[in-house]
Amino acid sequence: MSRLAYLDNNATTQVAPEVLEEMLPFFKEYYGNPSSMHAFGGVVQKKVDAAREKLAALLHADPSEIIFTSCGSESDNTAIFGTANAMGPGSTIITTRVEHPAVLQPCRKLKELGYKVFEIGVHGDGTLDMDEYKAALSAPGKKLVTMMWANNETGVIFPIKECAELAKAAGAYFHTDAVQAMGKLSEVNVAETPVDMLSLSGHKLHAPKGIGALYVRKGTHYNPFLLGGHQENGRRAGTENVPYIVGLGKAAELAKADLATDEVERIKRLRDKLQEELLKLPDARLNGSLTKRLPNTLNISFEFIEGEALLYHLSDAGICASLGSACSSGSLEPSHVIRAMGIPFTAVHGSLRFSLSRYNTEEDINQVIEVMPGIVDKLRKISPFVNA
Amino acid sequence: MWNYTDKVLDHFHNPRNVGKIENPDGVGQVGALACGDALTLMFKLDENGKIADVKFQTFGCASAIASSSALTEMIKGMTLEEAQKVTNQDIAEFLGGLPEEKMHCSVMGREALEAAIHNYKTGETTMRSVGDDPVICQCFDIHKSEIVKLATENHLTTVEQITNYCKAGGACGKCKADIQEILNSVTHTEAAAPKEEAKPRAMTQLQKMKLIEQTIETEVRPLLQRDGGDIELIDIRGNEVVIAFRGMCAGCRSAHITKQLLVEAKLKEFVTPEITVVEEGEA
Repeated sequence: MSRLAYLDNNATTQVAPEVLEEMLPFFKEYYGNPSSMHAFGGVVQKKVDAAREKLAALLHADPSEIIFTSCGSESDNTAIFGTANAMGPGSTIITTRVEHPAVLQPCRKLKELGYKVFEIGVHGDGTLDMDEYKAALSAPGKKLVTMMWANNETGVIFPIKECAELAKAAGAYFHTDAVQAMGKLSEVNVAETPVDMLSLSGHKLHAPKGIGALYVRKGTHYNPFLLGGHQENGRRAGTENVPYIVGLGKAAELAKADLATDEVERIKRLRDKLQEELLKLPDARLNGSLTKRLPNTLNISFEFIEGEALLYHLSDAGICASLGSACSSGSLEPSHVIRAMGIPFTAVHGSLRFSLSRYNTEEDINQVIEVMPGIVDKLRKISPFVNA
Repeated sequence: MWNYTDKVLDHFHNPRNVGKIENPDGVGQVGALACGDALTLMFKLDENGKIADVKFQTFGCASAIASSSALTEMIKGMTLEEAQKVTNQDIAEFLGGLPEEKMHCSVMGREALEAAIHNYKTGETTMRSVGDDPVICQCFDIHKSEIVKLATENHLTTVEQITNYCKAGGACGKCKADIQEILNSVTHTEAAAPKEEAKPRAMTQLQKMKLIEQTIETEVRPLLQRDGGDIELIDIRGNEVVIAFRGMCAGCRSAHITKQLLVEAKLKEFVTPEITVVEEGEA
């Protein structure tokens, strides 16, 4: 097998070595319970507090506004069900058609339970239909908006500041799933964006899988999801996952440092190079806005050839990429995001996602550029839809 | 990643018989770009009526390409009579097995072969007379006859299996209830076939009556109520169960089908195969 080029960072990321190192003592000598009334537990409590401060600093939040959870999905579920509970049945939930299933499915569940649910559409380039959004905000009664900051499949960014301001003006709660945007966009900043709640996930940020967080602005009406303990100020029961919380704190610190340098610009340059070269291939098309997009994500379709076959050939060449979305691979339905964008049926089945991180180099990109023409050519030769 | 056999991966990486044939004797085209896979198969016969050459072109996943390639190897040298007997199971077995979710790839191979032979015999490029064979799955354009055939040949009993074998129900899912109804009728016919005579369970008439009541309550009524209908148990005379449809079911033109495919099938399954169901009034 050739060298590994891991370009699937929107699915999950490598744990940063600095993060792992920070975590290890909490599996070994510092195993105390932060809630305990002895100094041995107190030391651990201090480390949990420090991690909370680091994460708050990345978001420009107050540490008391951070609740640690087990993953991004838990954060989304907590925000949506917790707020829906507080509002009561019959109130309105506004979301979009391209959300992650961790948002879409809770919303659809609430619809069954008697809530009015609006799913806002997107334009062909994946950007939000603002007219539809504004119309939905005019619904009477209590409202919650839940909207992703950036899309996991296409990287398309929604104008969260504008949307949150509109929601505030309409008296609606506003939650955003910032799992993909966190650490990649400096504008993910709750001091400047009036969101009430924000979800994030550790393993998209070079922390391990199994840790997430929910930001809840002070004064937001919030019902806890997990009951049975005083942890997280009574907002999320369960003994703190100390090593992972410490890891997420370190990962947030590293992400903040990256945002202060030109690291994001470096990643964008690599992505743009990959994009430019792959778009030269026959019947290739870019999915998603060229400008309003995460710097690390490239979603590209090759018409008349199928995505899984492409991925298998790429995998043989040591390259990890992904179909439209990791969550829907295995399902026969083309990605709901790609379909919501109205991408022609000739292209939906051949959509690939490349997503970069700080650990990618020019060599990774060159590896793809080198093998891709041969793979596309091979599959086009087999395809009944391409005339030789 | 899928757990593909080495043979699947071999045929994916080195597909045999890719391409087209000049002036083929038969051409079969199945699938479409929108469905995510499609296959064009063409063959030429020799003077003895055997398949002398066969070529394919496939748009699809690794196992779709491997299934197509495998099929061409299998049928080369066969007469059309022999080729006609190749089933999707044969293709899957040739490859050392396919993941359950990918069985539809082997089905696509068999369908293309059928279409190509049909094209050779009749000159027609399409096989179906759509009028008496309704489309069940709109998303993947799957007709009733295909579902019946797959269920019978592969002994499929659940909607999920049908989805794995031909993708029907795999996208919007609206047709899942229709697929279940077809499966009920297929199992019903299979159960009625004399090959394995189920022994009537020994139970008292009282036990039987209770079981009938319970089966209607838990297996039948919820399904009818979902569509705004209802059912009333009027009488039980030996193995004859008298019922009446209520709500939306009363006066519904399909009620006699519901009676047979749902009520009778469930009672035969859960109580005893000797049950017959009649509607109040026809008793």
